[in-house]
Amino acid sequence: MVQWTAEERAAIQAVFAKLDYKSVGLESLTRLLVVYPWTRRYFGGFGNLFNSEAIMANPKVAAHGTVVLQGLEMALKNMDDIKNTYASLSELHSEKLQVDPGNFQLFGDCLTVVIATRMRTEFTPDIQAAWQKFLAVAVSALRKQYN
Amino acid sequence: MLSDTEKELIVQIWDKMLPVAEEIGSEALLRMLTTFPKTKTYFAHLDISPRSEHLRCHGKKIVQALAEGARNISTLTTTLAPLSRFHAYQLRIHPTNFKLFNHCILVTLACHIGENFTPVAHAAIDKFLSAFSAVLAEKFR
Repeated sequence: MVQWTAEERAAIQAVFAKLDYKSVGLESLTRLLVVYPWTRRYFGGFGNLFNSEAIMANPKVAAHGTVVLQGLEMALKNMDDIKNTYASLSELHSEKLQVDPGNFQLFGDCLTVVIATRMRTEFTPDIQAAWQKFLAVAVSALRKQYN
Repeated sequence: MLSDTEKELIVQIWDKMLPVAEEIGSEALLRMLTTFPKTKTYFAHLDISPRSEHLRCHGKKIVQALAEGARNISTLTTTLAPLSRFHAYQLRIHPTNFKLFNHCILVTLACHIGENFTPVAHAAIDKFLSAFSAVLAEKFR
């Protein structure tokens, strides 16, 4: 089981408290689709994903960004049992959505960059370390049901 | 594959970072060493405490090399040849670590530049760092 120090819990809560799910979700998903264009393969029904401006203005991307951040919130609320919390989400991503799990890491990286642009010097190396540990646990739980 | 716009963006960004090379480089290193503790195994010979002289000096060298690469993107292999040999025959870093450091460079740039570090700039720098690391790892085997 993952062990969290009090400092790590506080750091992760602090990052979440500053997150505007709609705006951060939209921008993180936009960066994923722009920086790693192959990820667009999973969003065929989303309409115009042609360039950065189109993606940022796309209401389906915005809606989905919020959904993903709400999913991460589930992990935050169950930090001591993320694996089981994510069991059905993991199955969904592997069986139904058929997403290559390598892309989860990439989304996490994009989300981290967005947080860095907003929090700036407040996103210290120690806070980044705690935040990335949390993301690593979430990504690992999402990969669990793939076989 | 970098477009002309992307190459310009990359040069612009690294030119802005050169005057604060020590700050940017040491911060990126510190982020990597804190977030990915296994990377500390390569720095047993240095004082890697925050704001140490070693960290600042080492960070400055890295940013200067990146800025030089940015100005010579079409001849990266030639420009980086000595560094490439150094990383292959002396440092012998496990190749997965390049990605970890590149990510920390991106986070450092994002913290310093803020929202002007747009998705397009992010993509350009990520591509540049991948190309740069590929050349550094070229002679590994």
